[in-house]
Amino acid sequence: MSTTTPVDVSVASSVDTSVLAGRLGDSAVRPDGVAKVQGSFAFSGDLSADGFLWGATLRSPHPSARIVSIDLSAAWRIDGVEAIVTAADVPGKATYGLISQDQPVFASDFVRYVGEPVAAVAANHPETCRRALEAIVVAYEVLAPLTDPELAVDGSFPPIHPDGNVIRHQRIVRGDTAVIGDVVVEAVYEIGMQDQAFLGLEAALAIPDPGGEGIELFVATQWLHEDRHQIAACLAMADDKVRITLGGVGGAFGAREDISLQVHTCLLALRTGRPVRIAYSREESFLGHVHRHPARIWMRHHATADGKIVKIEARFVMDGGAYASTSSAVLINAVTHTQGPYACDNAVVDGWAVRTNNLPCGAMRGFGVVQACFAHEGQMDRLAAACGLDPVEIRLRNAMQTGDRLITGQVIENVAPVARCIRETAALPLPDEPVGGHDGDPMRLPGGAGLTADRSHIRRGIGWGVAIKNLMYSEGFDDYSTARCILRDGVASLKFATSEVGQGFVTIAAQIARSVLGVDDVVLEPIDTTIGSAGSTSASRQTWMSGGAVDGACRLVREQLFAHVGAQHGIEPLRLAIDGRDVIDTMGELRVSVAQATAGMSFEETFEHHHRPTEDLDENGQGNCHTAFAFVAHRAVVDVDPELGLVKVVQIATAQDVGRALNPLSVIGQIEGGIAQGVGLAVMEEIIQVDGRVRNANFTDYLLPTFLDMPDVVVSLIEEPDPMAPLGAKGVGEPPCISSTPAVVAAIRDAIGKDLTRTPVRPSDIVF
Amino acid sequence: MSDTTRHPDGSPATVPAGPVVSTGPVGPADPVGSNQIYTLHVNGDDHQIRDAWVGESLLYVLRERLGLLGSKGACEQGECGSCSVLVDDELVCGCLVLAAAATGQRIVTIEGIAPLGAPSDVQQAFVDAGAVQCGFCTPGLIMATHALLDRSAEPSEFEIREELSGNVCRCTGYGRIIDAVQRVAVSRRDRNDAEVGS
Repeated sequence: MSTTTPVDVSVASSVDTSVLAGRLGDSAVRPDGVAKVQGSFAFSGDLSADGFLWGATLRSPHPSARIVSIDLSAAWRIDGVEAIVTAADVPGKATYGLISQDQPVFASDFVRYVGEPVAAVAANHPETCRRALEAIVVAYEVLAPLTDPELAVDGSFPPIHPDGNVIRHQRIVRGDTAVIGDVVVEAVYEIGMQDQAFLGLEAALAIPDPGGEGIELFVATQWLHEDRHQIAACLAMADDKVRITLGGVGGAFGAREDISLQVHTCLLALRTGRPVRIAYSREESFLGHVHRHPARIWMRHHATADGKIVKIEARFVMDGGAYASTSSAVLINAVTHTQGPYACDNAVVDGWAVRTNNLPCGAMRGFGVVQACFAHEGQMDRLAAACGLDPVEIRLRNAMQTGDRLITGQVIENVAPVARCIRETAALPLPDEPVGGHDGDPMRLPGGAGLTADRSHIRRGIGWGVAIKNLMYSEGFDDYSTARCILRDGVASLKFATSEVGQGFVTIAAQIARSVLGVDDVVLEPIDTTIGSAGSTSASRQTWMSGGAVDGACRLVREQLFAHVGAQHGIEPLRLAIDGRDVIDTMGELRVSVAQATAGMSFEETFEHHHRPTEDLDENGQGNCHTAFAFVAHRAVVDVDPELGLVKVVQIATAQDVGRALNPLSVIGQIEGGIAQGVGLAVMEEIIQVDGRVRNANFTDYLLPTFLDMPDVVVSLIEEPDPMAPLGAKGVGEPPCISSTPAVVAAIRDAIGKDLTRTPVRPSDIVF
Repeated sequence: MSDTTRHPDGSPATVPAGPVVSTGPVGPADPVGSNQIYTLHVNGDDHQIRDAWVGESLLYVLRERLGLLGSKGACEQGECGSCSVLVDDELVCGCLVLAAAATGQRIVTIEGIAPLGAPSDVQQAFVDAGAVQCGFCTPGLIMATHALLDRSAEPSEFEIREELSGNVCRCTGYGRIIDAVQRVAVSRRDRNDAEVGS
């Protein structure tokens, strides 16, 4: 059960060859597409095993409290309860975490947020679990929660964790800090807490080895090896005793980078000696994973009278919630992207990521840059107004180019087509839909039909957002990926631990192999920990990193193939090349099919792709801390009902720097999907907390964009292959959700003339 | 265990291998001791449900007792449509229906929408148009799209948006899904025209 041998692919010859033609640059369809449309694709929540038990988690009802006692006796008396575990039952490290291990597997002394795990049960039915959790009696001494991040910055609130209330402070000082601009604009911007809201709820299946010396875990995650490392430490096992296979992932967007139910599921399975499934509810999911950091950002821009930025001052406060997660890295992303995609030589920036008794925050698509971009784009519009320029002109005058420096001193060495992104976006057609919609149809009004907007009062606005986003990990992290290629009898098999979360790496991995090796048939082996790490599916990094690893492994195999064919035919291997499905002699007549050349043969190579090293920042925030960058521009058109505060986003136009579109259809999918999340953050998505308690942990009250909320999207792909990228392709996942949000908010400002500094924009922000 | 699911290029990669997915009536007895037996008519077959807690939703029974795992649960309150099934030809959220109350009705799930094994035209269009990313919302959207096109053969773009707005997708931003629905409408019309013409 634990390992799967690659299936033979003779079946592949019977399917549509147009699908198999998918090489790099083609819009190949997903290899898992048919299974997904038929409902036979196995998501992690669909996995089961004979004799399994259900697990469930008891969570803190308080944002801050001391645990006085835990009484399990009534829960144990419930028929069907097989195990109850608390902090006392964690055999290894009591805490976990991606960067610092500050989060308890179960709270033992204090609870620090509403939803913190306190105990877990295993039982014969979800309803039995629910009743058992209800029967556990925890006595709490309720404490005053720290919910205002400013009290963590100023040190006035006593530490709520042994590691203190400041997770990280970073200062950036660059150039002449005494410069004063002819024009100075400033504002404070606020960004609300967004949820990743993937649809496939957290779910896992753990199967203990006989004797409990190891465990097999099937889980939807973004980074199998990091999960394994953290889980093994908590279980007091060697890493290789924990074997993880990727359970089908129903979206991720950052929320599966941290541990949630992994350790709990394993503990219950080991305790009972039986397979255990845990499946979160939607409410539990809101409590059980990290979110996008709410932030408060002050920025002051200095510029010449003609709009050239000369200095930026800024202060960031990012609420990390109760545990550190990736807060320190999110902060670095935020402060190092203060200037946005604009040249700036002088800067003073202070940023804090702090601990509070709010929900823990960590990775979400855009990772700190979403927050910075909302502020710097608001500033660009202020600057435009102060200089009498339009929003496009101010951005073009300051647009960064290859060779410019960040305020960290790092030179932008990537292709940096910022001005081209802006110009190509501006050239995209504006919507033909008139203000208030076509044909007098009331359904097209902001807020839809009903006693809502009066058509004659609706105002249209246009707004801009432009962004720079770092790709891959930063600050010295050796962020590699591993892939293996086996070429046998004309069929390529690929093995990697790259988490497929829906983004489509499985599609382009096969495209890479087909292009490099001239094969049609590609087998993708199970995604698990029996090969080296692929790193995380995050930071827009897998096309570059795992794409680079697959490409590298395939190229090494191709060298073996050429050596073999060369030896057979007495031809120098360097003269050989792949042409279609054949190996050819570029200086002669030889043409032999790859299938024929590899008949009865097997070539195997494993390759690790490492990106170039990066550095830590110094105390002044100087250093080459990032790996690479991508750029994007967004233009939003909105219709606003100023009396009711209703917004209809009519259109988003975007030109995105993608390097090279390895699969244009997948790229479009990432762009449209990212924009949907950016629109959500602009006008509807926010986790509301009052005194540390979440008020809308469900899809009735946490609003996601539906078909009707989503605007038309018009896209221009800017393809300037990046020489630094293994395949010329930049990551495309994050940029779409970064500057789409400020573009929509700017469009609302444009429509109603109000000074909106907070996202999401609420009806009351528009009306009052 | 070797993987038995193959994708168009023969790759099993994204289907996790290993534990046997339950396919028959499984699951523990009713935790409160009731022993009602009821029958559900699903995808053309009668299924007797025994020893089940009467509080179980149709979605739970389909998934956990009948092994019909294509219907997905994502919100448990009828907001997202991932669990969409047909009950007496009406599109409903399986999470909102009490299984024991669905006796005597014709239930069709994603597993029954194209019973012969080959994808339906809607299913194939979703694949071809790039309407699938993570795929979690997809079975529900396939059900909703079939229901829509049965009601309205050539819906306008706005009608598609309105009619499918009960199904949330977090990955795609909906653009490729709308394209998929339009492709099906066009191909059905072309096929009908050809039949009329011939």
